[in-house]
Parts: sequence; C-alpha cells; structure tokens
Amino acid sequence: MRRIPSPGSTKPERRTTVDRQLIPRGVKRCSTGKFLLWILPWAALLAFGLYSAGLCLVKGLNQTNMDNRFAFGLWIFLDLTVIALGAGAFFTGFLLYILKLKELRAVINSAVVIGLVCYTGAVCVLAVDVGQPLRAWFTFWYPNVHSMLTEVTFCISCYLTVLAIEYVPIVLKNRKLRQVPSFLVFEFELHKLVYVLAGVGTFLSFFHQGSLGGLYGVLRGRPFAFREGFAVWPSTFFLFILSAAAVGPSFILLTTWLVEKISRKNLVRPEVFGLLGRISGLLLAVYVLAKTVDTLIWINRTSPEIGFPAAQYYSWQPFGTWILFAEIVLFGLVPALILLAPQLRARTGWLVAAAAMACAGVALNRFVMTVQTLALPTLSFDRYLSYFPSWQETGTFLAVVAFGVLVYSFSFRYFQLFPSERELKFGAAAVRER
Amino acid sequence: MIGPNKQIRAARYGMTIDVDRCTGCGACMVACAVENNVPPAHAGATDRNGITWIRVYKIDNGLPYPETRSAFIPVMCQHCGNETPCVHVCPQQAVDVDPATGVVGEMPQRCLGCRYCMAACPYHARYFNWWDPAWPKGMEKTLNPDVTPRMRGVVEKCNFCHGRWHAAKQQAAAEGKPDTEPVQYLPACAEACPIKAIQFGDLNDPAGAPARAAQSGGSFRLLEKLHTDPKIYYRSKRDWVRASANAPHPFAGQHEAGKENHRG
Repeated sequence: MRRIPSPGSTKPERRTTVDRQLIPRGVKRCSTGKFLLWILPWAALLAFGLYSAGLCLVKGLNQTNMDNRFAFGLWIFLDLTVIALGAGAFFTGFLLYILKLKELRAVINSAVVIGLVCYTGAVCVLAVDVGQPLRAWFTFWYPNVHSMLTEVTFCISCYLTVLAIEYVPIVLKNRKLRQVPSFLVFEFELHKLVYVLAGVGTFLSFFHQGSLGGLYGVLRGRPFAFREGFAVWPSTFFLFILSAAAVGPSFILLTTWLVEKISRKNLVRPEVFGLLGRISGLLLAVYVLAKTVDTLIWINRTSPEIGFPAAQYYSWQPFGTWILFAEIVLFGLVPALILLAPQLRARTGWLVAAAAMACAGVALNRFVMTVQTLALPTLSFDRYLSYFPSWQETGTFLAVVAFGVLVYSFSFRYFQLFPSERELKFGAAAVRER
Repeated sequence: MIGPNKQIRAARYGMTIDVDRCTGCGACMVACAVENNVPPAHAGATDRNGITWIRVYKIDNGLPYPETRSAFIPVMCQHCGNETPCVHVCPQQAVDVDPATGVVGEMPQRCLGCRYCMAACPYHARYFNWWDPAWPKGMEKTLNPDVTPRMRGVVEKCNFCHGRWHAAKQQAAAEGKPDTEPVQYLPACAEACPIKAIQFGDLNDPAGAPARAAQSGGSFRLLEKLHTDPKIYYRSKRDWVRASANAPHPFAGQHEAGKENHRG
C-alpha cells in the first residue's frame, strides 16, 4: 500500500519501526541497534541478579553471609541508601507543587522515575531479605503500633502506590498511547490529582524516611545506635528526614548530569542544576549542624549515661574515629560548603563532585547505622565481628541496579522525562543556524 | 482455661546461675536442644549461624599464667521485664511478654523473619532458622511431641521450656489445684545441669531458692545498666567475674567456650 504524505509535512514519511514510533516527537534518540547494545549488559546483569535472588528464595537465607549477629547486612544498608537517594522524588514534588518552584518542572518526571525504581528495588530486595515473604501481609493484619518497622511498612507501601500513580501520566503521555482517546482523558483527569499526590507523597515520605532512622534510634539494647529524642521519635528520625531531603536533589542532579553525558544531549538548563545544588547545599548544611549537635549529645550524655563511653565504639578497627570525620566533615560539611558557594556551584565539575560526595555521605551514614551497629558487641565479653556479603547477596542487589537502569533507559527513550529537552535542542539548532 | 473474672497471681519466672559452679560442660545446651526440638546443625552451619538457645561464654581475668582464672557464663534470653527490646520492635506482634509468667514468648507461626528483634536484643540471644530443620533418619522419633519444630526463615529463642510449663499446668489441673496460682516446674537446662548451677523458679516468691539467691551477695545481671530488667541472675564471689558483666570495655583474650568444637 502506498503511503500518502500527511498534508502538513514537507517530505514523505519514512517507513518506521515500532521503536521509532514510540519515541517522543522533536527529540533525537540513538538507533534501535545501539539502544539494544546498551540494554543488553544490563539485562544480563538483571538475569544474574534474579538468579541470585531466586537462590535465596528457594534455598533460603543460608545463601547469604548474614548470621545471628549480623541479622542485617548489605541489603538493609543499600535499601536505606537507595530510599534516601530516591527521596528526590517526593522532595522535588514538594518543592514544585507545594512551594511552587516552577524551575523544577524540568526534572520532575525524571525524579518520579528515579523514585519509582529506588522504592520498587528496595521493596523487592526486602521481600527476599525476610525469611517468610508470604507473611508480609501479617504486618497489616497484626500491626504492632509501637514498632518503627510497622510505620515503615505502611508508609513505603502507600508511597510506592503514589509513585506508581505518578508514573502513569508520564507513560500515558507517550506519543503512541496518546492516540487512544480514553488514555488521554484518563491522563488529563489524573493530572488534576497531581497536587494531592504530591502532598500525600510528601507526608508519607517524611514519615517513612524518619521511621527508617527511628528503626535504629529506638534500639535501647544497642547503645551505639540508641538516641534520645522528642516524644516517641529518637533524634535519628529527624536526621534521616533531613539527610534524605538534602541528598534527594543532589541525586537528581547527579543522575541528570549522567544522562546528559551518556546521551550527549542538553536536557535541562544550567540554572536548574544550580538550583538543585543550592537547595541540596542549604539542607545539607542544616543536616551537618544537626548531626554534629546530635553526635555531641550522644558522646557526652546519651551513651555514657547507660554505661557505654563512646570512645569504646571506635576502638574496634576498622571503625576508628575516621569514620565519624568522613561522615560529618568530608562527605557532609565539605560538599555543603561547595554547594553553597556560588562561584564553585557555577562550575559543573565542582557541582557534580559535591553532589556525589553528598550522596556518598548519606550512604556512609546508613552504613554506620546498619553495619557498624551490628558489628559492635554489647556484652563486655563478646567478640567484635566482621561481615562480607556473599555473591548471592551482591547479585541480588545488582539486580536492583540493573532494573533501575533498564526502567530509566526505557523511560528516557519513550517518555518525555525532560520537558526542556526539545526546547534546548531547537535553541541550540537556532544558534547553529545563525 | 482461666476465666476472665479470676484473679491470677502473676509469677515472675527467672533463674539464678552460679557462675562459680559452672564448669562449661555444655549439658544445659544439649538438654535445651533436645527438649525444644532444635535440629542438629546443618553441615554448612558455623558458630555464627547455628541455633543454640543457650550459649556458654568462657571469660578469663586477663592475667598471665599462673594467675589466669576462667569462668563460664551461660547466656540465654534474659526475659527482659522492662521495655523489652524485642517486643517493642516486632512489626507484627510475634513477640510478647506473658503477664501471667513474665516469660518473653516468640510465635514462630506469625514471625516474618525480618530479624529486627535480633538487631534489638542486647544479649544476642535470638536465633534465626537459616536452614530447613532436618533430623537424620530415625532421629525424628526422638522429637518432643510437646514442642513444635520451627520452619526455615523464622526467629526462635529460649522460652523457659514452654512445653514443660504447659505440662505442669495440665498436671496441676488434673490434681485439682487452682489455675490462678503459678505452677512449679523445671526447664531442661536446670534439670540437666550436673552440679545444679542453674536454679529456676518464681522470683515473686520470696521464700523460693531463686529469689533468695538473686537477693544474696555476689548476685548480678548482665547489662543491668540498660534498665531492661532481665530475669536471669548470675552469682559469683569473684570480683572480676561480677565486674565483667557490666564492664564498659571488652576484656582481652576472651572467647566463647569451645567455639572450635561445637556449633552453636
């Protein structure tokens, strides 16, 4: 059948594959073959990770190197880290829809996808991590309202649903899907909910980020982690919220920069990078201050009062005081100062390095709270223990990384993740023509 | 069954362990495992991921020979009575404190296997089933019919031989005794200890041997400074042993008894 050129077009329409038809109008994406080459290694990694996770599910958690002392290991540490990094989704939504920082519209779709992959990955790993995953619904049926983990379970489940709903309009805006009228109507109706979703997402996220910190802060039996607090919430509750809000924008900045480098395209205006960096720096500075005060109170009052001089925690190598310095100063104060300095922030290298350092600092904080807490003995005659994850544990986590990259890659290819991309492309083309 | 209007005299079951008597023979550990259907260790298990509801630690005074002195401290669930750390953290109420006995109970049928309780326990007295329980052929006939074996993926710990407590309650009922009074029974470890270093009973009964021993000189509790009100009292006339219970710094050269030989 002969193709008839559409009335508005100047050149005849080329025969296109389904892949090309799904790519948004006005943007350029790599060829199908190149894209397949890109996703192939990630798909292989995902397959390996699923095999590792399958072993843990079928044969049991004896496939891991966790034990009765190291009841939590790599998975919980990385879960806490990715959930903190994924906080960019709720925090960007909060800044855009509630505080009306319109510039962030340029990254909101990308932030939602990052949030979705971070939370989905974390929940999937948690399902492998628990000994009886089929009993997960017990938490909803027999909830212990005193447990921070109950709050975490409730909030993460609800927030994941919110993220999924927020992702739907991004999918439905796809060029091909828009041709279905009912999808268009549904997307339009869903869009009206965006402010409600942003509000609900913010509320849920604040709570579960806090509860994740509270998980450790309430452990009276673990003086290294135990913290005083306000009402039922230990100080770690507030510190986790603050740190997640601080690094969320940094992670969005970092990922956007990475996508720009990999795809070799301008996706957002430089001002947006600067804004994300400024927000991150400001919150990071507040976090570092709060963390310092908290640490001083813990060293001088909380821990000694229950008979554990804080110095003893750092007598076990490799956990010397260097880790405290690295967490608060090197990966806290230093990136905060860089992000707050306009001259440094204006240089992409400094900006990206500071954002990466901020993310590393929060990862280190989650590592200290999870792994170091369990490595230290409480009984005076007990041993200090170390732990190294098995390949099945590492593989399972790599599956999350591969899953994240794949979902993001497909989303970037087929959906409009960066609304300014087209505008920037035409702007650059106009400059070239001149 | 106890009716809703009956006034129960609550017991506070607890133990006193005479550290000066304990020889570290491990009979309590074996008796406990047999009584509570703890399966033999899996071939891949180590002292870090095996199951033993009692772990006997060997400590010493840190002095060189010939001044070296050793002691053995059996550590099991301490049945904390105040803000019990594991009870507070369990997301689905699989852990509770029985107000009638003070025993901290674990419901393996409800356990999710999240292991948050293990992270919360300061005594490292909770154990996870990393493997499917398995008994060598024929050995399953030795299983205790009063105790349910636990499945893979759940946490378990000492419950002061709940099966024996239940049997004692039934015995008391058969003898026509009021069901509102605490019953007397012995957990397997206390029964098996060859030198009677473990005494068990109601700490609320001031005339009882454990309560008297707990109040006597030389008695101490592990990590008492955490204010969780543990119900296991230890006794020693040696100052360095008592000091070790709440020492801020771990002593040098201390290790678990025979860790190379037994799989905990």
